[in-house]
Amino acid sequence: MTSQETARRSDTLWMRLIIRDGNLLRLFIACVLIFVIMTLLRPEVFPTVENFRSMGSQFPEVGILAIAIMIAMLTGGIDLSIVSIANLSGVLAALLIRTVIPADAPDALVVVGLIGAVAVAFAVGALCGLFNGLLIARVNLTPILATLGTMTLYTGITVVITRGNAVFAENRLTFIGNTYLFDLIPIPMLIFAVVVAVFSVILNRTAFGLKLYLIGTNEKAARFSGIDVPRALIGTYVLSGLLSAVVAIIFLGRNNSAKWDFAPSYVLQAILVAVLAGVNPSGGSGRLLGIVLAILALQFVSTGLNMLLLAVSGGQFFKEFAWGALLLIIMVINYFSERRRAKG
Amino acid sequence: MQPFLSLAHISKTYAGVRALEDVSLTVYPGEIHCLVGENGSGKSTLIKIIAGVVQPDAGQIVINGKAMHHLHPIDAIREGIQVIYQDFSLFPNLTVAENIAINHELSRQKRWVNWQEVREIARQAMRKINVQLDLDATVGEIPVADKQLVAICRALLQNAKLIIMDEATTALTEREIRALFEVIHNVQREGVAVLFVSHKLDEVLEIADKALIIRNGRVVLDADARELDRSKLTYYMTGRNIEEAIFEWQGDPNSPPLLQVRHLTSLGSFEDVSFDLHPGEILGVTGLLGSGRTELALALFGAIPIDSGEIVLEGQPVVLRSIQDAVAHGIGYVPEDRLTEGLFLERSISDNILARILDALKGAGRLLDRASMKATTQEWIARLSIKPPHAELPAKSLSGGNQQRVVLAKWLASKPRLLILNGPTMGVDVGSKMELHEIIKQLAREGLGVIIISDDIPELMQTCNRILLMRRGRIVERFERRQITEMDLTQRLVAV
Repeated sequence: MTSQETARRSDTLWMRLIIRDGNLLRLFIACVLIFVIMTLLRPEVFPTVENFRSMGSQFPEVGILAIAIMIAMLTGGIDLSIVSIANLSGVLAALLIRTVIPADAPDALVVVGLIGAVAVAFAVGALCGLFNGLLIARVNLTPILATLGTMTLYTGITVVITRGNAVFAENRLTFIGNTYLFDLIPIPMLIFAVVVAVFSVILNRTAFGLKLYLIGTNEKAARFSGIDVPRALIGTYVLSGLLSAVVAIIFLGRNNSAKWDFAPSYVLQAILVAVLAGVNPSGGSGRLLGIVLAILALQFVSTGLNMLLLAVSGGQFFKEFAWGALLLIIMVINYFSERRRAKG
Repeated sequence: MQPFLSLAHISKTYAGVRALEDVSLTVYPGEIHCLVGENGSGKSTLIKIIAGVVQPDAGQIVINGKAMHHLHPIDAIREGIQVIYQDFSLFPNLTVAENIAINHELSRQKRWVNWQEVREIARQAMRKINVQLDLDATVGEIPVADKQLVAICRALLQNAKLIIMDEATTALTEREIRALFEVIHNVQREGVAVLFVSHKLDEVLEIADKALIIRNGRVVLDADARELDRSKLTYYMTGRNIEEAIFEWQGDPNSPPLLQVRHLTSLGSFEDVSFDLHPGEILGVTGLLGSGRTELALALFGAIPIDSGEIVLEGQPVVLRSIQDAVAHGIGYVPEDRLTEGLFLERSISDNILARILDALKGAGRLLDRASMKATTQEWIARLSIKPPHAELPAKSLSGGNQQRVVLAKWLASKPRLLILNGPTMGVDVGSKMELHEIIKQLAREGLGVIIISDDIPELMQTCNRILLMRRGRIVERFERRQITEMDLTQRLVAV
């Protein structure tokens, strides 16, 4: 079966993708299995609207950051500065809101302020990403070192601006974190869905997206094909910065505050999701569907374990263990099935 | 005389695919036997069977009069069979002396290594075949040709009676090939047989005492090399009679040139290079490795900077600061090393063909236009008859010749005015090679200007109407193809 035939039956495209790709299939099975097991073990709390709303508010942040990691990895790079960018844009957006909107301002002004804050966050995210991109594409720094440096740099700027304190924005912004569409779907999850949709178009339907895959597959051949590699790389890191800005808005809406040291562990979690999703860290391959499945599997595991181990002392720390174990298990299974395929 | 090795009625099937069928081969001591066949003909399987790495399904192996019922690699080595693979299996971090002598020294089961002795052993091995290498050089840093000599010396020390050389000349220059042949004759004088595996016709004709030609796993000819000539070899290898027509340029030499290169210099690479190229011409540029031929191609493609001189395209002086500049002016470049510079191996044929023209494929809303992507891919798969014709297959699944067609298609899809081909048929077997030549000639007839960089003289003689010879960064001679013979050009190429 050629992929054109597959594409024609687009109603079941994602199912076919899953079946054709061993890694996606395993992730899908893991998702379903974990869901079923948790449902059987805790039927009174796991498959509930309450729990769905709670999970739906938790995973989008790491999910979006994982997409930022994914696009950098597609080109063979990585972006370690994503959370620092999110915190810097969050702090600046919060400062803007606090300065322009008095506490007794009418709702309409809050809306204007919110739009302004989003614009500031995006501008900061894009600028930070541009700087990363310039260091990597024009100064030829290794992505891991360049973004390790800017991670510290951006965090430092945030500390200086805030003197290390949290910046509180406007109470009414928290609607982002507390509103549910149809009483079910949290706004962050909606944002995540939009981001996935936008990036699936960028990666699969634009020249830029295809160039990222080509550069990651063979950068030299890409250059020899007349592809402007530096430009594409800069674009990649700008996009990664913009995604970080989206996460900054979600942070702000959930906590009503921004701080320099918020959620540092999300960088590693996002990398973990990307790797679990089957994105090749040396570049050239990876699918958004994998990111979606991987983040869902991890969310099910951590929520489920929380429920199972609530009574056990130290149970909440078991999440880290479970994530690490899941990553290793899937990678080991991948290794053996690849090897079997190579032999067969 | 008793044969050293005789194979009788060997057959081997891999997962239902017949790799070898009823193959027999006899090698006498001190004989140079060529094993000839296209890629995929079963050469590698036969070597592996002789080396004991692969067990045949049927047939007999007799070495030194002993019937070997189940030949293991270790038995093969004990009987004196040494295989020199393309990667040589050397230790890149050790010195020449250590690489040559270490196995020998280890096999004597002594607790301490005597370095004096190691050097002496290595020196003697080198003397046997009359070569000189720096004993203390690190093997990772010496040229490919020298690595090969190290591998040969090592094989001789293991008491080799038969040395199998697998595609030994692939990475060698013309002059290094001469030197290698000299060494092979020295090896022969030591009474050692050589099984020389190749698909390069000229080499086979030059060095072989006997030739075994296989095609699709069957022996099609086992003959004395004196009975062979190039057309016979080609016929047996490919099963076709390929008479390649020589390219004649029909254009007007006084018409305005497509490309004028004036006093082009890139310091340290080439100097004062001037030539013209008319539309529809195929210009050959030859020279040994390091003559500046590749650098000249890269400079015309904007990939390395120019220090002085001028490039004029259709009357307009152009400045090529980057590959993007060159591409924008309609210059294409098919690189020497298609695996690292030309192809996206894991990506589909379609992605590879479209890589160059992605920006031109934007349809509504700046999205890629899938219909025209598909149409373009199908068009080029058909025009260059890429096999198998499935756009979704990854490039790495194709044969060398078809991979090269994909790289060509990538450039042709962008409708270039000038196409620079660096080693267009390297590592491509003879049938595909001639088909590629035909494609190139057809492109020229359609008005494309073509420059071919190569040290494959027969190739240049068949495809070019003019040839430039470079030496130490300068063009030293210019020929109309009609004015020179192949032999003459080969001699001038290797002359110092």
